[in-house]
Parts: sequence; structure tokens; C-alpha cells
Amino acid sequence: MVASTTIALTINGESKTVDAPPDMPLLWVLRDLLGLTGTKFGCGIAQCGACTVHLDGKPVRSCLLPVAAIGNRAITTIEGVGTTPSGAKVQKAWLDLEVIQCGYCQSGQIMSAAALLEGTPHPDDADIDAAMAGNICRCGTYVRIREAIKRAADGQA
Amino acid sequence: MQDALSNCSPLPSRRALLTGALAGGFVLAFRLPLKAANEPEQPPDNPAGQFAPNAFIRIDRAGKTTLVMPQVEMGQGVYTAVAMILADELDADFATVTLEHAPANDKLYGNPTFGIQVTGNSNSIRSFWKPLRVAGATARAMLVAAAAGQWQVDPASCSASNGRVTHGASGRVAAYGDLVDAASSIPMPQNPPLKDPKDFALIGKPLKRLDTPNKTDGNVVYGIDALLPGMKFATLAQCPVFGGKVAHVDDSAAKAVPGVQKIIVLDDLVAVVGDHTWAAKKGLDALKVTWNEGANAKVSSADIWDDLRAASKKDGVVAKSVGDIAKGFAQGERVDGEYELPFLAHAPMEPLNCTVHVTADACEIWTGTQVMTRCQSFAAAASGLPLDKVIVHNHLLGGGFGRRLEADMVAAAVRIGKQVDGPVKVIWTREEDIQHDVYRPAYRDTISASLQNGKIVAWKYKISGSSIMARWAPSIFINGIDVDAVDSAVDMPYDIPNLQVQYVRAEPPAVPTGFWRGVGPNNNVFAIECFIDELARKAGKDPVDFRRGMLGNNPRLKAALDLVAEKSGWGQPLPARTGRGVSVQPSFGSFIATVVEAEVDAKGEVYLRRVTSAVDTGIAVNPDTIMAQLQGGLIFGLTAALYGEVTIDKGRVQQSNFNDYRMLRIDQVPNIEVHVIKSGEDPGGIGETGVTAGPPALRNAIYAATGVALRRLPIDRRALAVKT
Repeated sequence: MVASTTIALTINGESKTVDAPPDMPLLWVLRDLLGLTGTKFGCGIAQCGACTVHLDGKPVRSCLLPVAAIGNRAITTIEGVGTTPSGAKVQKAWLDLEVIQCGYCQSGQIMSAAALLEGTPHPDDADIDAAMAGNICRCGTYVRIREAIKRAADGQA
Repeated sequence: MQDALSNCSPLPSRRALLTGALAGGFVLAFRLPLKAANEPEQPPDNPAGQFAPNAFIRIDRAGKTTLVMPQVEMGQGVYTAVAMILADELDADFATVTLEHAPANDKLYGNPTFGIQVTGNSNSIRSFWKPLRVAGATARAMLVAAAAGQWQVDPASCSASNGRVTHGASGRVAAYGDLVDAASSIPMPQNPPLKDPKDFALIGKPLKRLDTPNKTDGNVVYGIDALLPGMKFATLAQCPVFGGKVAHVDDSAAKAVPGVQKIIVLDDLVAVVGDHTWAAKKGLDALKVTWNEGANAKVSSADIWDDLRAASKKDGVVAKSVGDIAKGFAQGERVDGEYELPFLAHAPMEPLNCTVHVTADACEIWTGTQVMTRCQSFAAAASGLPLDKVIVHNHLLGGGFGRRLEADMVAAAVRIGKQVDGPVKVIWTREEDIQHDVYRPAYRDTISASLQNGKIVAWKYKISGSSIMARWAPSIFINGIDVDAVDSAVDMPYDIPNLQVQYVRAEPPAVPTGFWRGVGPNNNVFAIECFIDELARKAGKDPVDFRRGMLGNNPRLKAALDLVAEKSGWGQPLPARTGRGVSVQPSFGSFIATVVEAEVDAKGEVYLRRVTSAVDTGIAVNPDTIMAQLQGGLIFGLTAALYGEVTIDKGRVQQSNFNDYRMLRIDQVPNIEVHVIKSGEDPGGIGETGVTAGPPALRNAIYAATGVALRRLPIDRRALAVKT
């Protein structure tokens, strides 16, 4: 295993430097090295989506993404997504419709939903299914997630 | 674990509970005829400059109102509901209240139903409804008396709202903050008047939750998010075979992993401590552990089921008896059924974790738990320190579902933390979380009934399975009856003249069992409601009509059934291999009827098309939360019905993560309509209500769609496939 190297990252518009093993997943860099704990560990095998972040606006599962593979792509996490128009609308719709229960999966849900709206401003049910099926919610908030995405999309019109 | 358990704060006495246990029902069994543990009482550290008339309310001179939450927030909305009840009777300004987690203290914050700090069994609001109202009303009466004293007017001529006392006649107004000192010296009123429900300002309104804004922007802090200066990170592996021990460890490769700080080998687990979780995980992967698998190395699901089926043939302890069962079976036509439910894991989205800092004379814990004081006592036992040297910092829970009614993770983390200099966060991998759970017991239920003229004249129901109570609260496992295991069986809603309920305690080898969202009713509501559908078919009756005819003594449940039949389009035509199924239940103090519409394809795959519930849960403290809890609970239960099963081979759990322990996803979930019936009754429980309602309604929908009467969960697609 390669020892730590210095890696430059852009996270939520800020330049950061971390000393991390190149194979260390971004999830643990964010949580353990940078204290950005909004991104969650759920399964470690890209099955649940709790760790979703954006790379250049596209949703990725940070639990399997080696930090050295990121390069100069911009990272957006739940802590920063509110500064994007889609992210802000999703966060607002989530509160307007009171989507959240325990909330543990919701960072990932919000990141997936914000990325969906970025590329598909007016998603239909099939678009929502395709974009959100990778995010498990154990509390079962799916009905409200669907409504809230539509609400956020209406807000964008 | 036994040692730690015996260290726990005392549970309600045997005697106190005996009457209730025999009367039947989980709620009754736990209800204490004694002084409630948390009748308003001065907190131990009444801070100067604050008005703190009881353990739940503190108001400072600036008017800042802090409400201390005796129950834990795991998504069910209890923080908001508790705050609404307190603030309503207090007439506080709800927009500005601050919430705090209660510290570990059974005396101040014990759940009146259990006598210790427990959040479970959907009883937070049921248990705390009255004590919280009294706490709020007491504080309000003292503040009003303080203002009236300053103004030298009759307190009855003053009113309170939004954190202020007003004297209407003179127009004088005093903010609560300005009354803090005067109110603190007012004698505590003995029976402060509670509001007439028509005067509730907050209760009954769909108010916004207080815990959710921080959950949208990453600012929320769960136990797993605890960060402390100098903290190390650890992950662990327990023997894959239940009860196995460490035989030998080769740590040469693990030690070479950059960032690995320490390898900890205990008798039953190994842990790797690193500079970050990744180093710990890589280190653990590199550790070569040989296990002594012990006595359970050959245990398999097949053997467990053989044992359980054999046990269910024995006579059980009679938990309930009505009429004359022999006489009942001498009439009519006998029908038999048997139902089986599998072991289930909890899989909360926040994997198990616990951060600890153990020093020579103190032990500090950061975690999210449903049992604060039990965590404290487990940590004390594991650290060897007295209870008062253990501080537990509770957090919002990333799901509990009963898994966090246990404190095994605290004991393990403290044993690891004892060997670490400074704080350490111990995280369970998802695999470790699923393979070392305490599992919802596997159950087998046998039912016989006699039908005469389209009515049930005799009913004999026998439950066989593990007793969680016998381990978790041995003092209330009385006369061989587990009050949780028989819950919703001994208090069946139907009018049946001759009835008997028996319980057979049958412990599986190796597999630890625990409470799982929906608890005992998960099993009983499923078996009863499935069998009722089979009886309806035998009697040639519509499932809704058949149930309605037996609900004469349950008007609230009957009204829910009528409403759900109307709202779900019951009786309207459906396509081929599509059906509607109904379930009703009076569990957790709520009355719910549910209709699931499902389609079964030729291969036997099942698709949810529509779910409708109607519920009478008494006064709906926050109706929006009730809808959300039912939608989520239904999905939780339907997930288990469609996929949930933990199986054992060679003493090991075969499932490991969400790839093989599946969850329903958004693309499989239809619209779920919840109708809340207006009611003036005291609030019922709601967190588990949907969980138990969903599976029998789905199974009955499949029965209607295919004619196949499934009698096991999860749903067996092979049995539903069209035979070619």
C-alpha cells in the first residue's frame, strides 16, 4: 500500500490540500480528514447512495471513489450544494413537504435530486425513478421525495 | 453482556406488572400503577438565573426557552411532538424554543411505561402525553402567578400566549424572561389546570419539524459524526460464527498498512485503530484471524426451522382464554393454518458506531441510542468505572428500529477504547452491522378456527418463537409469557365467543434476538389477518364484509375499515392477476385499516400498485408526522414482506449488505394515501403502526390476485409463478 501523498482538491469552491493514501475513498477524506461529516457512510459498496457527492455536477458514490482519481474536477458536497440553484430548490422543497425522517440518507437523496434537476429540469416519474433508485431510505420517505422533486422542478420553471 | 445487564437500573417490579401482564397486551403489562417516574421534579442542577420548574423546561432571563427531550429522535418526529405538547400547555413561543437531548437519568427522564429511559414500542406520546402536559401547565401557572403578583391582580384575570403573560383589563404584558426570578419562588401548584383540547394552539396542527432544517445541509450531527481533537478511528470484526472466539491473529501485514496505529485483539473480536477509517478498514482487511468457531459452527436455518416446528407442536402457556374452546370447536367446521416469519436484521442507514474516550477515572461516550441509561451501565461494566464516571452524549439517530434498544455496541467500543490513548470512534462496517445484529425472531404460529353460519365460533392461536423479553427485561417475563410476543393476539379485535391464545418459548441456537420495528404485532397481525382472509373465503364472504361483521365491539376500527374501503376503491374491478388485500389492527393504541393493491406477473414477481390506510390514532399531535410515519412504516413492513430474510449457514449469517439484504427502492413504491380520522381520544402510537399493517394486506392482495394463500414471509415468487 502506498503511503500518504499530498493531494489538491476543490471542494465547494474552496481549494483544499490533504495528505491521504491515493486509494482512500473520497468519503473518508471528507469525513475523517476534512471534518465534512454531512456526506454519509451507509454501505461502502455503492449500493445505498448515502455517500453521494457531485463531481463537476454529476452524482458519484464517494465511498468507492479513490481520492487520487478525482484530479481537478470540482467536488460539491451537501455542505455546499445549497449555493447551486438546483440544490437550493431541492433543499427548500424537502423542508416545504417535510420529506425527512431520520435524515441519515437525505444528504445523498438531496445530492441525487439536485443533480437530476441540473440535467433534467422537469423530470417525469420515470426520470425520477432512474435518478433516485440508487438511494435507499430505510425510513421510507420515497413518496415525499417524489413529490418534493416535482415541487422543486416547478419552482425552477 | 449478562454482567452488564444486571448492572442496569432496576426495571419495574414483578409485582407491579403482574396484573397487567395477565390482563394482556404490551402496553397494559408495562403500565405502572406507581408514581410516574417523571412527575415534575426539580432538576438536580437548577441553574441560577433560570426558571426550571421541572426536568423538561428551563427559561432564562432573556426568555430563551429550552425544552429537554426525554425521548430520542430517530426520525419519528418525537422531538417536534414533545416540544409541541410542552409548549402548548406552557404557552411558549414555539418559534423560538431550543431543544436539548436529555442526559442519562432514569429518575428525571424515565419513560413512565418502562421506568427507565426507553424510546420504543410506539409509546413516547402515549406515555408522556399527561406528564408533559402537566409539566407545561405547571410552569405556565407559576409564570402567570408571578406576573399577577407583580401587578397585584387575580391570576385568573391574566392570560398567557407566545411566551408572555397579559393582564387584559389593564393591558399590561410581561415576557416570560422577565418573570424568571419571581416565578422561581412561586410554590409549585399541585393540580394545574390543563387546557381544554379546543384551546390547543399547537397540538393538532401540521407544524414544521424542528429537527429537519439541519438535515438538509449536512449540519446535523449523528453519533457517527462525532469529532474530537486527537481522535483515532477504528473498525472491528467479530467472529463470523455466533459465539466464536479469536484463536490466532497474524498482524504483520496489517501493521504495515500506512495509518494503522494499533491492533487490538480481544477474546471475541479484533479491531484496528488508525488515523482514519480507511486505514482502519485496510488494516482489518489485512489482518489474518483464525477463529475458534465454537459450539455453533454447524448451526443452519434448516435445523432452526426443524426445531421451531417441533416446538410449535407442544402445548404452550395459556396467555388468554375466553369462553369454552372445546365447546366452540364442537360446533361448525374446523379450519387450520400455520404461518412462519423469518429472522430479520434492522439495517438502520447509520451503521452501528460508538465514540469513546476512556481514561483512568472517566469514560465518555458519543452515540445515538434508544436506551441512554442502559448504555451508561454497559459502559460502566465494560470500563470497570462506577456509573457516575460515565457520561453519555446522545445524538439524533440515523434510524433505530429497535437495534439501538441494545447497548452491545457501547460495550464493544469501550473495551476497544480502554486500549486506546485518547478518543476513538468505532464504526461497524455494514457487513458487520448486518451479521452481528440482534435479529427479529423467527416465529411459527398455528391457528385453528371453527366456522358456523359464516361466523367464527372458536379460535385457537399458538405463537412459537424466541422471547426477547426474557433477555431484555427478565423481571417482566412472568409465568412463561412474553407480553411482547403475544401483543395483538391476546387483544384481538374480533368478536369471537370461544378463544384461546398460547405461547411457546422456543429459543434458536446461536442467533441473538431483539426488538424490531413493529415488535410482537409484526408476527401476530400477519398471522391473524392472513388467516381471517382464508376464513372469509371459506365462508364465502368478502374480506371487508367478513371483518366488519366481527367488529361490533371495536367501533373505531370499524370506522377505519369503512373509510379505507371507500378510499381504496374496494370492490371495483381490477385487471387479471391484480388484487386488493385488506388488514385491520388495533395495535399500539391506534386503529388502522389498510388496503394494498398489487399485481403478480407470470413469473411470480409482485408489484405494488397502490396503498391506502385509514387510521384513528386519537388526538393527532402533529397530523403531518402521522402521515409520514405511516407512509414510511408501510414501506418498512412491505420491504420485509417482499425481501426480508436473514438465513444461517455454518453458524454464520449469509446476508451481508444491501446487495443481498434488499430494500425497497423509490421505483418500486407507489403512491401511499393515508387518511387520518379526527378523534378526541388520547393519542395512540404511530411509529410502528404502518409496519405491521402492510405485510398482511399485501399477502391478502396476492391471495386475491392469484388464489395462492402464502403462509410464509418473505413472499415466495416460485409459488406465485404461472404453472406452464
